Amino acid sequence: MTEADTRVQPRRKGLSRRQKRAVSRGVQYAVFVAALVAFAVTADWEQLQNQFAQVDLAERMFPDIITLALKNTVLYTVSGFVFGLVLGVVVALMRLSSVGPYRWLAGIYIEIFRGLPALLIFIFVGVAVPLAFPGTEIPGGTYGKVALALGLVAAAYMAETIRAGIQAVPKGQMEAARSLGFSHARAMVSIIIPQAFRIVIPPLTNELVLLFKDSSLVLFLGVTLEERELSKFGRDLASETANSTPILVAGLCYLLVTIPLGFVVRRLEAKAGEATK
Amino acid sequence: MSNENTGAVPEIRVSGLHKAFGDNQVLRGIDLEIGAGEVVCVIGPSGSGKSTLLRCVNLLEEPTAGQVFVGGTEVTDPDVDIDAVRRRIGMVFQQFNLFPHLTVTDNLTLPQRRVLGRGKEEAAEVAAENLRRVGLSEKAAAYPGSLSGGQQQRVAIARALAMGPEVMLFDEPTSALDPELVGDVLAVMRMLADEGMTMMVVTHEMSFAREVADRVVFMDGGVVVEEGAPAQVIGAPTHDRTRHFLSRLLDPALAEVEDKGAP
Repeated sequence: MTEADTRVQPRRKGLSRRQKRAVSRGVQYAVFVAALVAFAVTADWEQLQNQFAQVDLAERMFPDIITLALKNTVLYTVSGFVFGLVLGVVVALMRLSSVGPYRWLAGIYIEIFRGLPALLIFIFVGVAVPLAFPGTEIPGGTYGKVALALGLVAAAYMAETIRAGIQAVPKGQMEAARSLGFSHARAMVSIIIPQAFRIVIPPLTNELVLLFKDSSLVLFLGVTLEERELSKFGRDLASETANSTPILVAGLCYLLVTIPLGFVVRRLEAKAGEATK
Repeated sequence: MSNENTGAVPEIRVSGLHKAFGDNQVLRGIDLEIGAGEVVCVIGPSGSGKSTLLRCVNLLEEPTAGQVFVGGTEVTDPDVDIDAVRRRIGMVFQQFNLFPHLTVTDNLTLPQRRVLGRGKEEAAEVAAENLRRVGLSEKAAAYPGSLSGGQQQRVAIARALAMGPEVMLFDEPTSALDPELVGDVLAVMRMLADEGMTMMVVTHEMSFAREVADRVVFMDGGVVVEEGAPAQVIGAPTHDRTRHFLSRLLDPALAEVEDKGAP
């Protein structure tokens, strides 16, 4: 063998890099198309259409699904979010307190409520609270209960987010404020928290999306017809008509809100990323 | 106490000041007086405790022992209203520390309104006047993020001045700046010195110290090694450690590797 031959040898062996890439891509497309075909062939389209795409049934849901169910979902979410935000700020400040017991209490709260399924909290609020404090009514009826249950869960997550936001404000900001004669509390309110909120708006909006979905757990509290939100509304109609179209429509209503909100979050995150550059 | 009835009360008086961070003794007994209208530059190698000393004057750091007086008030008295004392002491930081969520004007007006309780119009007037002094009137509506480092530092000086301080503390005000931006900031500081402001300046700018300071204090290892007129301390230092520091600062290429001269 000549020298030239031995140098060319490694290229001839097997596929070139470009060929390998082409094969890899080809395989990926093939798997995708095969899966699609398998789904299309094996699925019972007629059955699917009967169960999920009854147009007249979908039409029957309007306008109630918007004026009642979606409205209630939004109301539950917003009331839970507001209560959670207030509680979250308090827990975050406790977590950062120089008083030990406050820090421990806040830490325990966060660990417990982040560690439990939201469903259990709803059952706890719906069943255990009335049992534990007989005679006491949570103000606001179902709305109050939902705000309490959703807020308790949300506060644990938001507290950690807000604490991180406060700590992300550079130390020099507090020092500059103090050197100008601000008290610690006043510097927190006028200088630190406004900056922290700018930092945590994207993750808090994300939390809003999570709450919006979690509001479906209301159906475990037992609600009146007027208090039904999207999931309960869809499920009731689905069992009433023995057809799943209402579930699909309710799902679309969730997406109507969550997808734009998710888009807003990504925009906010991109903007925040730019601002810190 | 000697600071009363001695005729000229020193604007800043530091006596027997110690500061430790855990086991790390940063200040080991500092005595220093700065008279009204005096400009004192504190120089020294990094880690010598000069910034810590400055930060003890307005109690951003709590001294471990010793006393600090500003304008006759004992800052280190645990019962003193520290927020009230700090209103009389302006401070300028290495990293500017402007409030990034506020415009330049709001950076100047918010502290006046929240801390001094000034009205909206008065605060705006004082802000405009001080922005004019540092030559940045045209940036009143800008956000700090859109300014150069030198401009941000001048705004920070204006923010401190808007509070009407008796004393100004400068903590390496030009150390974070690109070299070509240092001059503007030093010019503003020189103007303040000429106006008779009492100034304590931690700096590495030897030419500024030489030309503007009334007195230069050289610190090393948490103590004042040498102090006196700039011409003497910078021009003809008497201590080896001062000479060593200055020679390395003025010509870094000559720096010797041995660095164990500290006691």
